[in-house]
Amino acid sequence: MATTARVSGRLAVAGLFGARGQRSAQERADARLGLLLSAPAIATILLIAVIPLAGTIWDSLFRLSLRFENAPRPFVGLDNYVSVLSDGAWYNALSVTGMVAGVSVAVDLVLGMIIALLINRNFRGRGIVRASVLVPWALTTVVSAKMWAWIYDGRYGVANDLLMRLGVIDSPIIFLVRPEVTIWAMIVAEIWKTTPFMALLLLAGLQLISQELYDAAGLDGASRWQTFWRITLPLLKPTILVALLFRTIDAVRMFDLPRVLTNGGPGKSAETVVLYTYNTFFTSLNFGYGSTLAVMIFLLVMVISFIFIKVLGAPTQGARR
Amino acid sequence: MTAPAMPMTGRSAVPARRKRSELYGGIGFYAFVIGFVVFCLAPFVWTFLTSLKGPTTIYEVPIKYLPSPPDLINYRQIFELDRFRWALLNSVIVASSATAISLVFGAICAYAIARLNFPFKNLLLALVLAIAMFPGIAIIGPLFRQFNAWGLTNNYLSLILPNVTFTLPICIWTLTAFFSDLPGELEESARVDGCTRLQAFYKIMVPLAAPGVFTAAILLFIQAWNEFLFARTFMSQPNRLTATVAIAQFEGADIASQYPWGQITAASIVITLPLVVLVLLFQRRIISGLTAGAVKG
Repeated sequence: MATTARVSGRLAVAGLFGARGQRSAQERADARLGLLLSAPAIATILLIAVIPLAGTIWDSLFRLSLRFENAPRPFVGLDNYVSVLSDGAWYNALSVTGMVAGVSVAVDLVLGMIIALLINRNFRGRGIVRASVLVPWALTTVVSAKMWAWIYDGRYGVANDLLMRLGVIDSPIIFLVRPEVTIWAMIVAEIWKTTPFMALLLLAGLQLISQELYDAAGLDGASRWQTFWRITLPLLKPTILVALLFRTIDAVRMFDLPRVLTNGGPGKSAETVVLYTYNTFFTSLNFGYGSTLAVMIFLLVMVISFIFIKVLGAPTQGARR
Repeated sequence: MTAPAMPMTGRSAVPARRKRSELYGGIGFYAFVIGFVVFCLAPFVWTFLTSLKGPTTIYEVPIKYLPSPPDLINYRQIFELDRFRWALLNSVIVASSATAISLVFGAICAYAIARLNFPFKNLLLALVLAIAMFPGIAIIGPLFRQFNAWGLTNNYLSLILPNVTFTLPICIWTLTAFFSDLPGELEESARVDGCTRLQAFYKIMVPLAAPGVFTAAILLFIQAWNEFLFARTFMSQPNRLTATVAIAQFEGADIASQYPWGQITAASIVITLPLVVLVLLFQRRIISGLTAGAVKG
């Protein structure tokens, strides 16, 4: 009571002596401090992301090869973009990326959901499960790509050994030489790395759902299936959308795994969009066309996030608290 | 009186049924959990086992699963390689500098977002979100040419700066969530007692947010340690490669017809050991940090 009296007393005094002027002075001070405190972060982002992005867009309008020191660098307008539209390697890279992203994200979601639902309870050994879930997530992608390359090894790989012992195959498969096998080998490695994380995110979302809702559903005689579709899924929707958004974007940006596993091979059959663009930059040294491809990837990412955030309504509140 | 009795009988019938299904469910549940743990760990364990095998045991058909006897020759060999020792050092330098800088920039920015109203705040939030989804390939061309022009290639700065940029969103998210959860009254009372905003920040908020800052540090370090795209592009001298690049290029070290898998797996274990230790020690913090940005609305 004493505090209330003091506070209201202070408010009254402030009201008498022009609280408005004081508050706006405070607001101005806050605004100044806010800008000052966020200045380093803003400057870094502008300097290392926004300005270089503008540079990439600018470069994409030129024929710009670094192969020869003094090669002419003519302005070609949108010619590079026209070339992309009829570039078979780009479409191949798009379909590889789409396939790997689509399959791995879908499997991630279903598997991750099953795992999350099952381990969403107190049980002995929960800590072990949590720690082991984090291992694939924390592991360096380059290392995991090397690990899988060794597992897939045609002669000494453990994958062949296990499959033969289980009687699935009669003779060793040379995984990373046949295009149609390589892409699936890549998808499996990707799923291994990312499903645990998806399970983790979904589990965190599940734990926010009040137990009372389930109790009420149980009293009303709802089956487990009904409970899942009517309670769990709708309440988990924001978490699912955020997880899907970031997983999809990650899959589109995939570079480390294809680069280390087969470098897009055999041939260019397993080249993702980022790997194709990277090779255009640093193998062909074609910086004009590479920039065009890079802009296309940027646009692709923007479109995907637009669809998730504006059309499907994925919450971005995590960042906006 | 019959109305309350009905649920009573219903309730007593359930446990009997539940007990049996719980027993079967329990066995099935643990079978699933064990299967899942094996799925998560098997490739890593296999890599570890391979790293302990001598050159002849590795290339034996049929495969010998256990190294008998375990041999540390691969570890000795990689630590004799100058390149590998440099790679570890470079990764430590780049990842810890990027973490430290990102933490400072991110912490003060997150505090401003959580506690202050200032112009362009929404624009800043949109920018942070955009950077979290930003494809690194979209800026690599101009950065490469600019770093070349400034003689910054093979300079640690050329890796630290991009790493700071791409770890900032994680840092700002995690810490904004932590700062918002801290009671504002403490800060207000500190200010009533005559602290300035800045004093309130580092005297009250920083100690209170230390666990959050620590969590963010782990997440940032893992991301910077694992970075590959920029490291491969901006560093070319053998003694400037980071660990990720060194391991990706390991095949170059041995002219033999086979990849030196013993050394590659040993190097893989050495490179991931810091991460696995971090994960085992701080799993709770890591999980709460990772999910803070995603599931809290």
